[in-house]
Amino acid sequence: MSILVNKDSKILVQGITGQEGMFHTRQCVAYGTQVVAGVTPGKGGQEMDGIPVFNTVEDAVLSTGANVSLIFVPPPFAADAVMEAADAGVELVVCITEGIPTLDMVKVKAFLEDTDTRLIGPNCPGVITPDEAKVGIMPGFIHLKGKVGLISRSGTLTYEAVKQLTERGLGQSTCIGIGGDPIIGSQFIDLLALFQDDPDTEAVVMIGEIGGTAEEEAAEFVNNYMTKPVVGFIAGQTAPPGRRMGHAGAIIAGGKGTAAEKMAAMSAAGIEVVKSPADIGEAVARVLNP
Amino acid sequence: MKIHEYQAKAILRDYGVAVPNGFAVFSAEEAKKAAEDLGGGTVVVKAQIHAGGRGKGGGVKVVQGPAEAYETAKQIMGMQLVTHQTGPEGKEVKRLLVEEGMDIRKEYYFGIVIDRASNCPVLMASTEGGMEIEKVAAETPEKIIKEYVHPGLGLRPFQATKIAYKLGLDGKLVRQASKMFMNLYKAFEANDCSLVEINPLVATGDGRILALDAKINFDDNAQYRHQDAWAELRDLSEEEPLEIEASKYGLNYIKLDGNVGCMVNGAGLAMATMDIIKLSGGEPANFLDVGGGANAEGVANAFRIILSDPNVKAVLINIFGGIVRCDRIANGIIEATKIVDVNVPLVVRLEGTNAEEASKILEESGIDMIVGRGLADAAQKVVAAIQ
Repeated sequence: MSILVNKDSKILVQGITGQEGMFHTRQCVAYGTQVVAGVTPGKGGQEMDGIPVFNTVEDAVLSTGANVSLIFVPPPFAADAVMEAADAGVELVVCITEGIPTLDMVKVKAFLEDTDTRLIGPNCPGVITPDEAKVGIMPGFIHLKGKVGLISRSGTLTYEAVKQLTERGLGQSTCIGIGGDPIIGSQFIDLLALFQDDPDTEAVVMIGEIGGTAEEEAAEFVNNYMTKPVVGFIAGQTAPPGRRMGHAGAIIAGGKGTAAEKMAAMSAAGIEVVKSPADIGEAVARVLNP
Repeated sequence: MKIHEYQAKAILRDYGVAVPNGFAVFSAEEAKKAAEDLGGGTVVVKAQIHAGGRGKGGGVKVVQGPAEAYETAKQIMGMQLVTHQTGPEGKEVKRLLVEEGMDIRKEYYFGIVIDRASNCPVLMASTEGGMEIEKVAAETPEKIIKEYVHPGLGLRPFQATKIAYKLGLDGKLVRQASKMFMNLYKAFEANDCSLVEINPLVATGDGRILALDAKINFDDNAQYRHQDAWAELRDLSEEEPLEIEASKYGLNYIKLDGNVGCMVNGAGLAMATMDIIKLSGGEPANFLDVGGGANAEGVANAFRIILSDPNVKAVLINIFGGIVRCDRIANGIIEATKIVDVNVPLVVRLEGTNAEEASKILEESGIDMIVGRGLADAAQKVVAAIQ
């Protein structure tokens, strides 16, 4: 088993006819993901590599039974795209788009509260369940099917961690990039809960970074509810305060959101925290075979 | 993006927020003229830099009349103002705000930010005006009044009134203050702010509520909605020249104090690379995200930026290729070294598709560089290259 996506997930791609959307749709299909529909307003009735394109998400869902949406829509229209997918009853929305205004995301979060839709992202690499479904922009080949769950606020740093796991023969159940923005659809705690309940996940890696308090909340959750071992890393131990480190959400504001605070909270909760990003794989091997 | 106090006050004035009368000036003569135009009485001369703590650093002075305003402006203009937010080298003062003096009865704090935990804007107020809100939050959190804003409905009048009463304001001041809070929220939302901070908000002897100071930060992601207005407000002299240069090429660069330059794709991996350099005994000279593609042009521009920093004694390139093939990136790096003269040790670590071929291409290129195998190895090699 796995969480969020599997071989039965039916994916629709919003923004499938754009350059990014087209490129990554092909990559997902090549990985073996079931991409059943695309949505681009004004291009309904066309096809992209044989995948039917619809004008609205509702049309796409009614015609194809798609239950997961992958979004490549540009920032000015991305918030609306997420809401359209939720309105059409899509269970899981994965939004790759970087650069959505924060006040737009505030409205999206409020809109989603009245729906059953789960949002991953924005500003994230997406979700992959190795050998079953790749719903995002991550390189599929670095993954190996297995029993380690991974949650991260980063993109390429996630790949780095996956590589370290795969090199040691430690496969992954599902890997999720939750996104680098201040307001995101799913937090560490939402996904830690799913991994805790997933019988095929035996350990979880959480990769956080400076800014906000999501890691502290995750630490409390781990302390109270998790029985599976968790390995953690926080990026930005050397980041200066008050500066936004690439990700919109990666900023130490008013002395809060430092790596040191997060690492201390996580260690206190029994999470195996590594200081070096090169030690993630080794730490997972250690907690699985103590 | 940050703007100056006088710019923030001009925006707030447009939304009906009461601020002291004043003029932004660029010379001592203009300061004198401003003091005259304000009636010739007490004025405040305030240094305009993008950093807090200006008063403590000697950048804010209360003076009597135009002549004194002239003398004080002469002193402050051009000085290197050092505050706890500027770093030890300080910031050169190039603009001043000359404002009418106020008969201050009491000072308060007021701010609006996006609360990341509750996913909505939050209004914060406190009777501890003038103090940093972080300090109040750390020492006496019960003194902070908070009202969360419904994302769909916006700030409701009763919430603004509640804050005014909780601050202990009475009579006419409650109505004035609650109206001001409503207007401040309007300004926050309409301008895509990430922060609106009034510290202090003051009650005056003549029964008025005013924003004595004002700080506004904008959400960079919303720039496309405010192109012209923000271009006009941006003060490039407040920004690190190398960072401006990098932004022209779409590179995300932040200058730091160390001597190991780094070039990485992805923000998280870039931060992690800085961290591992430090753990290996070095000091990172910068944060630099070259983005996904990492082609020859991007790498060449990144080299130029990194090597413009005279502190840089070695460079570490750490690219996780992902979907982009590493052999292409390797060729891009080789191309870039032909465009830019890299005169310090260079360590390259490439990971992802065709990483092995890429290492071979680099080794056989004849270019003087050290190939790193894995993150830890690359970090150790770049630190060793300096020693």
